Amino acid sequence: MTAKTLYDKLWDSHLVKQRDDGTALIYIDRQLLHEVTSPQAFEGLRIAGRKPWKLSANLATPDHNVPTTKTERTIGIQGIQDPVSKIQVQTLDDNCNEFGITQFDMMDKRQGIVHVVGPEQGATLPGMTVVCGDSHTATHGAFAALAHGIGTSEVEHVMATQCLIQRKMKNLLIRVDGELGEGITGKDVVLHVIGVIGTAGGNGCAMEFGGSAIRSMSMEGRMTMCNMAIEAGARVGMVAFDQITADYVKGRDFAPKGDHWEMALEQWADLVSDEDAVFDKVVEIKAEDIKPQVTWGTSPEMVTTVDGFVPRLGDAKDEVERSGFERAYKYMGLEPGQAITDINLDRVFIGSCTNSRIEDLRAAAAVAKGNKVANSVIQALVVPGSGLVKEQAEKEGLDKIFVEAGFEWREPGCSMCLAMNADKLGAGEHCASTSNRNFEGRQGYGGRTHLVSPAMAAAAAIAGHFVDVRQFELVK
Amino acid sequence: MKAFVKQSGIVAPMDRANIDTDMIIPKQFLKSIKRSGFGPNLFDELRYLDEGQPDADNSGRPLNQDFVLNQPRYQGASILLTRENFGCGSSREHAPWALEDFGFQVIIASSYADIFFNNSFKNGLLPIVLDETIIDGLFAEVTATEGYELTVDLENQNIVKPNGDLIPFEVDAFRKHCLMNGLDDIGLTLQDADDITAYEVKRKASSPWLF
Repeated sequence: MTAKTLYDKLWDSHLVKQRDDGTALIYIDRQLLHEVTSPQAFEGLRIAGRKPWKLSANLATPDHNVPTTKTERTIGIQGIQDPVSKIQVQTLDDNCNEFGITQFDMMDKRQGIVHVVGPEQGATLPGMTVVCGDSHTATHGAFAALAHGIGTSEVEHVMATQCLIQRKMKNLLIRVDGELGEGITGKDVVLHVIGVIGTAGGNGCAMEFGGSAIRSMSMEGRMTMCNMAIEAGARVGMVAFDQITADYVKGRDFAPKGDHWEMALEQWADLVSDEDAVFDKVVEIKAEDIKPQVTWGTSPEMVTTVDGFVPRLGDAKDEVERSGFERAYKYMGLEPGQAITDINLDRVFIGSCTNSRIEDLRAAAAVAKGNKVANSVIQALVVPGSGLVKEQAEKEGLDKIFVEAGFEWREPGCSMCLAMNADKLGAGEHCASTSNRNFEGRQGYGGRTHLVSPAMAAAAAIAGHFVDVRQFELVK
Repeated sequence: MKAFVKQSGIVAPMDRANIDTDMIIPKQFLKSIKRSGFGPNLFDELRYLDEGQPDADNSGRPLNQDFVLNQPRYQGASILLTRENFGCGSSREHAPWALEDFGFQVIIASSYADIFFNNSFKNGLLPIVLDETIIDGLFAEVTATEGYELTVDLENQNIVKPNGDLIPFEVDAFRKHCLMNGLDDIGLTLQDADDITAYEVKRKASSPWLF
């Protein structure tokens, strides 16, 4: 039998029909829905008089627009101050009720960011195909699932047919071998990868992360890495199944139980790339080379190490990159050659589908403990990824550590990652953010985003500027 | 979906790589529950000098006169010429909705982000991939010639330049078929409903926990 990659196996096991024109119908096991990219899809179903093909495949929760302050979260949708946001969240609620789709609404403690909620509930399982009208759906690939973001037309297509029309992508392996240094996280690894291959490096590819550094990484670290595969252009990020995956999934609400669990384990054991499988492209990274990463510009590939400098024009590889650098210096208010540790922060954001899980909050709290947010920092937000993450963090006393250090402890949602709710940057403000995109205006009009790991963000909040978390004294 | 067969129009040049979908349509406009009306806010942060608000009147807002789409010579443009990795970032279909609502029918670039590329075809917007050297040449010609127009002939898969020269381009046969006939692909997929049901029966037997 021909050796297959993990992607080949997932593709083959979901192939409903190969068409003569080169396209294929691929079956979708799970669709996650949120309020921003679903209203037009439901509207399309209504206009055409269609019903969802398989109701139980869908799971919804509002996340992008929901407010994160306690005062706005006590009475549900009616408490949302922004009238336009309120309509959108209400529309999701109405649509889920009308079509009979399971929703974790604003008052449900299981509510949160879709990409935190799916895995947390066991609604994301190894071997599944998972889609959502959101590019960060790549996150779910950490479970040896085939997961990718889709547009609203495709959300409607999946609801109506349980399938997507696809063309097979290329296989790309990012192999990270060796041992990661102390304080180096999945976030640093993936930012480093994006720096190496560029934001278009994974276009047209399904990207598998492998190698010994990934094998010893937690599920949360793997989710962070797969989450940002899209920032390297790959719609799909993936990690092979292993014991760490099984341990994470076991016992979760939507996960198989009893005989089905044993049956599933047996099947899932094959969710790895065969040893002699051929990838179209392999990128090798040495884990020991990776230092804490900080983005300086307006694209995730504009990244360097915390002990590095804003690149000079001479470092650009061509004319197009050169003009990108010039625009980024201006937008970010930075000088070529400026030390990263000289960048002062106005705000700090710890949260998003990239870094808002319990392990992320623990890492940030370990740095924050016993320290104070610098006076020069206007606001330092900690936004847990779901109600259950929040509950767990409070059980561990992390909320108190954050509040004592001067951070604000918020209710779950996407929050300042994309500033669709009230949490946003002011024009010109620099933010150390654990989110995934440093695009112009992403976190607020004129806002300046620097992407970092949770521990790096917490350290920056305390110092008021970027510092190397490895040299930051941890209160054990 | 409107059918696309052949289109002629003014070309607007945006000489910039990695234009992301946040730039194409900023997040505050994603709060709409409609598919239309995004055109006035296309490239909002580049086009205007102030911050745009959803459901607001844009007619009195200060324009950034330097921005290409505000320049008189590019008014009415229906073809956008740009650089590599266009449409990267968020999967928001609001990006092609905004481009289409503004009046664009064709994008020309050396590469696209996968999700944007896919979304465009679903909305009658044709993203054409050309070599970087051809793109360089087009940028030079567009900026040198006021009123520069191209004709895009999807059926014959070529672009007709003002001097009559042809630039051939590739397009996926299925997507071409859907675009030329304005087809809704849900209807097409449902023709295979029996195959989908048969697949489900098989999968339920092998992986019962999914059902």
